[in-house]
Amino acid sequence: MFSKNIQQKIAFHIFRLLSFSILGVLVWILGFIIYNGIQVINWEFITAFPKEGMTEGGIFPAIIGTIYLVIGSMMFAVPLGIMSAIYISEYASNQKWVKFIRIMTNNLASIPSIVFGLFGMALFVHTFGFGDSILAGSLTLGILIIPLVIRTTEEALKAVPESYRLGSIALGATKFQTIKNVVFPIAFPNIMTGIILSVGRVSGETAPILFTVAAYFLPKLPQSIFDQAMALPYHLYVIATSGTDIEASKPIAYGTAFVLISIVLIINLLAGWIRRYFEKQNPK
Amino acid sequence: MKILERLLEGMFKMSSAITSIVILLIIIFLFKEGFGLFRSPVVEKGYGLYINSKNPVTDLNPTQIKQIFDGEIENWNEIGGKDESIYLLRFDEIFSIYSDEELGENYQFLPQKLNNIISENSNIIAFFPKKFMPEISSPTKEIANKNIGIPDFIYGKEWLPTTTPSPLFGIIPLVLGTLLVSFLAILIALPFGLGVAIYLSEIANNKVRGMIRPAIELLAGIPSVVYGFFGLVIIVPIVQKMGNISAGETAFTGSLILAIMALPTIISISEDALRNTPLALRESSYALGATQWQTIYKVVIPFASSGISAAIILGIGRAIGETMAVLMVTGNGAVIPHSIFESVRTIPATIAAELGEAPMGGTHYQALFLLGCVLFLFTLVLSIISEIISNKQTSKSA
Repeated sequence: MFSKNIQQKIAFHIFRLLSFSILGVLVWILGFIIYNGIQVINWEFITAFPKEGMTEGGIFPAIIGTIYLVIGSMMFAVPLGIMSAIYISEYASNQKWVKFIRIMTNNLASIPSIVFGLFGMALFVHTFGFGDSILAGSLTLGILIIPLVIRTTEEALKAVPESYRLGSIALGATKFQTIKNVVFPIAFPNIMTGIILSVGRVSGETAPILFTVAAYFLPKLPQSIFDQAMALPYHLYVIATSGTDIEASKPIAYGTAFVLISIVLIINLLAGWIRRYFEKQNPK
Repeated sequence: MKILERLLEGMFKMSSAITSIVILLIIIFLFKEGFGLFRSPVVEKGYGLYINSKNPVTDLNPTQIKQIFDGEIENWNEIGGKDESIYLLRFDEIFSIYSDEELGENYQFLPQKLNNIISENSNIIAFFPKKFMPEISSPTKEIANKNIGIPDFIYGKEWLPTTTPSPLFGIIPLVLGTLLVSFLAILIALPFGLGVAIYLSEIANNKVRGMIRPAIELLAGIPSVVYGFFGLVIIVPIVQKMGNISAGETAFTGSLILAIMALPTIISISEDALRNTPLALRESSYALGATQWQTIYKVVIPFASSGISAAIILGIGRAIGETMAVLMVTGNGAVIPHSIFESVRTIPATIAAELGEAPMGGTHYQALFLLGCVLFLFTLVLSIISEIISNKQTSKSA
C-alpha cells in the first residue's frame, strides 16, 4: 500500500487532529457557558436571593452554602489527610501496612460519589441524627476528598530530597522536628496545590449533597451547622431539570453554570501558578 | 519531649487508618440497609391479599401480583387456578358497594361484609389492610406473604418501586442500562483518548504539550452537573435532530457526555504507560530501520498494553459510577433498552432520582441502598483489577 513514511504522516496527522479536537471540545463547552452566562452575571445576580420561583433574582444563598460546605469539608479532610500522608511517607516502617493503606485509599477514591451520598445519609443524617445539615454534608464531602488530599500530600512529601532529612537528623533534630522544620515547609506549596484542587472538586460535587444537606430553596441563610443549605451545583441541577418554569429560569441556570465554571478556572490557574512559582524557587 | 513525639506518631498512625475505617463503615451501613430488603414482605406491610378458600392458588410471586392488578392476567387458570375470570377488589371499592351506614361506625361491620363478598365470589382477590381481616377462616384465605427473595432482585426484569400491592425491584433493566451507556462511552472515548495519549507522549513538542495538558486538566475539573447541563441544552437537541426521534434523551446522548468525561482519565493513564517504555526498546526498533510510527505501534503500544488496559478499566469504572450528568441526559426510562436511541436509566441515576421520595426504612429505600451495594461492588472489582494490571506494568518497566 503506502510507503512507511506516508503511513507515518497519515497516522501522525490523525493524532494531531484528535488532540486539537479535545481543545475544540473544551472551547465549545467553556465558550457556550461563558457566552451565555456573562449576559446574566451582574452584582445583583451574585448578591440577591432567588425570586419568582427561581426565574428571577440571584443565587446568593447558593454561593454562601457552597462556601460553607467547602470550609466544613476542608476542616475535616485536610488535617486527617495530611496526617495520614505524613505517617505513610515519613513514619511507617511496615511496608505491608503502607501497601494496605494505599490500596484502601485507591479503593475509596474509586467509589462513585452517589454511594458517598447514600452513606452520608445513613450514617450522618440518620444514625448520628444530624438531619439534613451543613455538618452532615461537610462530613460526607470531606470523606469523598480525603483520598485526593492524601495522594497529593504524599507526592509532595516524597518530592523532598532524602538528603535534607538526613542533614536535619545529623544536626540532632528529632523525627518530628525534621518533619516540622524541614520536610513540611519545603513540601508546603505542593500540598497547597492539592488542597486547592480538592476545593475545586468539593464545590462542584452534587450527588453527595443531594440527601445530606441540599435544599431546593431557603428564604434565609443557614444560621448554624445543623441547618440545611442551598449549594451551587445542586441549584444548577434543580433549575435545569425540575424548576417551576424551566424555560424562564434558563438564564439563571446559565449564570449558575458560569459561576461554577469560574471557580474551576480560577482554581486551576491558581494551582498552576503555585506549581510554577514553586519550581522557580527550587530549580532541580 | 520524647512522650510528645510518641503521641504525635500515634496520632499520625491513627489518621492513616481513616480510609480503611471509612470503607468498613460504608460496607456496614450500605449492606445493613440494603439487605433489609430481603426481610421485607412482598405485599406492603399491614396489607394482605385475600381469596376464596375454594381457590386452589396459595401463593403468587411479585410479578404475578403486579400483572393481576394491572389487568394483564385476567383468568385464574393462567396462574394455576380454575378457569374463572379474576374479580379484583381494592380497599376503596368497598365504599361503592356498601353505604357508610351498612359498614357501621368505625367500619365495625366491614370485616363481616368483606367475608360475605369473598364467600359469594369464588373468583375474587381482595387487597385490604390487615386490621379489617381479624380472623382468617373459611370462606377466606390469605395468600402467603413471603419475603422478597434475592432472585426477585437479581433476575427481576422490571423496576417498578412504587406500584401497589407489590412493588417490583428487578435490577436487570438498570444493570443493562448502566453497562450499555458505560461501554458505549468507552468505545467512543478509547480511539480518541489513545490517539491523544500517543500524540502527547511520542509526537508533540513541549509547546503543544503545554497547551493540551492544561486543557485536559480543565476538562477533568468541570463539575459533572455542568456536563449534564451542557448535554441537556446542546447535545440532546443535536441527537434528537440527527436520530430523527421524539426525545433526544437517550443512551447514546449519555455515552457522548460520559465519553468526554472519561477522556482525561484514559489519556493521562495511558500516556504514563506509553512514556515509560524504555529507550533501549525504541532505539533497537529504530536501529532495525523502523520508522517512528512503526516503532509506536509495534513496540511502544504492545509494551504499554497493560497500562492502557488499566486506563480503560478505570474509565469504565468512572463511567459506571457517574451520576448527575447521566441523570440529566438519558431520559431515565427504567426499561430494558433495545437500541441506543432509547431512554435508559442507570443505577446511580436511579438512586439519585428516587431516594428523595422513598420513605426512610421502607422497601423502596432499602432497595435503593441495595443498588448502592451493587454499584460499590462493581467499582471495587474494577478498581482492584486495574490496580493488578498496572502493577504488572510497573514491574515490567522497572
